[in-house]
Amino acid sequence: MSTATQTHDIEPATPQSEGTDRVDPAALPSTARRAPLGFAVLALVSFVVFALGAPDGSVTFRISGDGDLFRIPDVVVPGLLTEWLITALLVVLTVYAFLRVRTGRLTPSWAVLVFGLLFVAGFLVWVVGAAETPSVSLTGLLAGGVALSVPLVFGSLGGLMCERSGVVNIAIEGQLLFGAFAAAVAGSLSGSAWVGLLAAMIGAALVSLVLAVFSITYRVNQVIVGVVLNVLVSGLTGFLFATLLESDSGRFNSPPRLPSYAIPFLSDLPLVGRILFDQSIVGYFMWLAVPIVWFAVYRTRWGLRTRAIGEHPKAADTLGINVNRMRFLNVLLGGLIAGIGGSFYTLVSVTSFTRDMTSGAGYIALAALIFGRWNPVGAFLAALLFGFASNLQSVLSFLGTPMPSQFLAMLPYIITILAVAGLVGTTRGPAASGQPYVKE
Amino acid sequence: MKLELREITKKFGSFAANRDVSLTVEPGEIHCLLGENGAGKSTLMNVLYGLYRPTSGEILVDGEPVEFSGPSDALHRGIGMVHQHFMLVPVFTVAENVALGSETRKGVTLDLETTRRRIREISDQYGFAVDPDAVVEDLPVGVQQRVEIIKALVRDAQLLILDEPTAVLTPKETDELLAIMRQLKADGTSIVFISHKLREVREVSDVITVIRRGEVVGSVSPEASTSELAAMMVGREVSLTVDKQPAQVGEQTLVVEDLTVVGDNGVTLLDNLSLSVSQGEILAVAGVQGNGQVEFVEALLGLRKASGSIRLESQELVGRSVRQVLDAGVGFVPEDRSTDGLVGPFSVAENLVLDLYKDPRFHSGPSLKQKEIRANAEQRIKEFDIRTASAAAHASTLSGGNQQKIVVARELSRPLKLFVASQITRGVDVGSIEFIHDRIVAERDNGVPVIIVSTELDEVYGLADRIAVFFHGRLMGIVGPETPRETLGQMMAGATEEEVRSQGGLAHPGLQPPENSGTDSTDHDGDAVSNLPWEEQA
Repeated sequence: MSTATQTHDIEPATPQSEGTDRVDPAALPSTARRAPLGFAVLALVSFVVFALGAPDGSVTFRISGDGDLFRIPDVVVPGLLTEWLITALLVVLTVYAFLRVRTGRLTPSWAVLVFGLLFVAGFLVWVVGAAETPSVSLTGLLAGGVALSVPLVFGSLGGLMCERSGVVNIAIEGQLLFGAFAAAVAGSLSGSAWVGLLAAMIGAALVSLVLAVFSITYRVNQVIVGVVLNVLVSGLTGFLFATLLESDSGRFNSPPRLPSYAIPFLSDLPLVGRILFDQSIVGYFMWLAVPIVWFAVYRTRWGLRTRAIGEHPKAADTLGINVNRMRFLNVLLGGLIAGIGGSFYTLVSVTSFTRDMTSGAGYIALAALIFGRWNPVGAFLAALLFGFASNLQSVLSFLGTPMPSQFLAMLPYIITILAVAGLVGTTRGPAASGQPYVKE
Repeated sequence: MKLELREITKKFGSFAANRDVSLTVEPGEIHCLLGENGAGKSTLMNVLYGLYRPTSGEILVDGEPVEFSGPSDALHRGIGMVHQHFMLVPVFTVAENVALGSETRKGVTLDLETTRRRIREISDQYGFAVDPDAVVEDLPVGVQQRVEIIKALVRDAQLLILDEPTAVLTPKETDELLAIMRQLKADGTSIVFISHKLREVREVSDVITVIRRGEVVGSVSPEASTSELAAMMVGREVSLTVDKQPAQVGEQTLVVEDLTVVGDNGVTLLDNLSLSVSQGEILAVAGVQGNGQVEFVEALLGLRKASGSIRLESQELVGRSVRQVLDAGVGFVPEDRSTDGLVGPFSVAENLVLDLYKDPRFHSGPSLKQKEIRANAEQRIKEFDIRTASAAAHASTLSGGNQQKIVVARELSRPLKLFVASQITRGVDVGSIEFIHDRIVAERDNGVPVIIVSTELDEVYGLADRIAVFFHGRLMGIVGPETPRETLGQMMAGATEEEVRSQGGLAHPGLQPPENSGTDSTDHDGDAVSNLPWEEQA
């Protein structure tokens, strides 16, 4: 993250803090006290669930696969010892965070990150240890997670385009679904996956167009328009699927797959090879899209203006920026980006459209956007986490873990609620998001 | 730059916020627009800055007629504006805020370095001490204001509009701003300075144009006395008279003792205030806006935490909830009817029972008696001559005067033990004013103690049986309605009744800090952050 984004993310302790982060404890924002509190709750969970219910045997994490260039030995950890160690470290971090707040300082972001990683590790050891075969391929877990997060990342970036300019986009789900549908149909009819990709982008942009017309031009409540659009797209694609696609699936619903490339040599590296260098073309796009969007938002004139109209549209207006036109274009652009994510479902993952096949991914993308604090990199990392969680869910059901998979499916939402509640740092979205701009 | 406004009229619906306003700003002149809040100063400047289109009239820049369709047009013609509410993006840095809208670029990359350099140049030239990379929301308001000035100067503004620039500043920051204004003037920048604070205005202006009720009252030189300016601001000529009989004063039922209100920032807003009101009399609270009147009314209503005592028929009101105060028999007409007095999208009928829904007349169990509510509305509409299409029309569709009549009708439709009304005729047409005034007098004659808060001297004189003058949250004295305007003006500028009497009403006591005013010796011009106007100093 750049310095620019960090200043935005960290709530200022107090004005005029003159270079030091130490302030009067009473002057700390109330949210500052929630971080140690959140730590305490999670540390307690770790103690009660992970440590007291620690697996007796050892847990194996496999790292190298068969085709790898060289082998990294498997990581075998003793369950009980690891869980107690992790719990102890979590307690130490919690105490540290409490002491910081007592002396009027915020919890540093590294502490939040370390705490999060430790907690996830503790969870993994506990859940894998409890399975019938306490052994899992870490590479497979990660690579699968990255693949699943591709549509989430594009959805989040598309949503970011809208929300940064002040338009709430609940319709990411609809954009992904319509993109997937358009990709399947156009790809099948033309026989070209690239045409399918283009159709996905245009299809999602059409959803954006409706959102823009109603929420910007007619100032209808943005959340309501978004929700209605999701239902509309679900119904429309479901209808067309039943009447058209199912009747002649050879013609309408068998698009070619987008190509995948394994970069020679690099893709054979253990761990990172399969995650980074053996991808579908859309996967590579993702690695490009994140830095491009980040650069556009924080380093270009367009980005400055976009952020301005999302924060204080009137200020931008008094400087001669056409707020509503810019919002309109940004919402359309957001649709194009979300559409790429939609194509993942029918041109990469599988090669046919099924009813409601995005199954709520758009909402998870929205959650990732919020959890990532409306920052492209943050949203990307959050989407990776959520992708990882969904992959974990399917992997664990293979391993035969006692934990119901539904609980894992809830994980992204629970994390988002905790994040929005301010348990992990402060979440502050674009100030004018959701408010139509009316010129007097 | 020479700027001329010719007969500018701006109407919102039937209400004229500006009527035939003409003024000329010479190059390198500091031209002050003086007037009470709501006098139409900001509207006029928004017309000039292209945010509003004038209904009629002409704007000339250097003798050439111009038409602005938006702020960017005004900017192009060299007119910059510092809004009362800053137009700054809080999470942006100073440089980002200044660059916004006229960014320089290197390829596709935003080039903030040029902007930073310009900010440093201007900052050095005027001694602004602004760091281009500071995030705006972390800066004190005084510095944020300088960022706004820099924004205009970077765009080569030759005329700067400062809309109530000192309203948010501490006295020290205000002095710094005045110094900056003089320096800008020395460099040839014309300045339109909008304010209602007399000290600043007299200190810095070349010409003062006084605006009242949307019209130019006159132009004076800054040598004019404080009392003269005050009189012009609040109205010199008697234009309204109220027919009323001498008060039949009854029992003293409202007794306020040592009422003190301290603001969130620790500033004393109401200072040991004691007064009493009897049945059948109208006490008018006079004073320039922002001298504690709002706090007084809010404390009475239980809207604001206060210490001291307010007893209504020997029942203590301090510490009670608003509901309890209303149930004790207090009727209240708030200062801002559109936000505090009415619910715009509700019907006239609903607004007429807004605080009466608990009355057994209008509800049975959890449901409202629609028929009774409608009947009540029909009756009130007739009684108060509320001009509305129907009882079901949205309150927001009515004119200001008729909206106010709804509020007054509602508050007077139950037996009261005290009636409090704040700026009851602001934005109300003349016909409705008369009607409302008559109703207030009728309430008085029914034996209800009445408190009227008004910044319009005409209204104060017309209604009051006694006049209480507030200054800096303190009571300067309670005088009769026969008191001359000059005396009242001096009291409003911070002189006690005794001082005015002893000096024969000739001196300008407003130029001295008040002395011997009760037991209190706190110096209001001390360190405390004070947003009160009339910061007169020795």
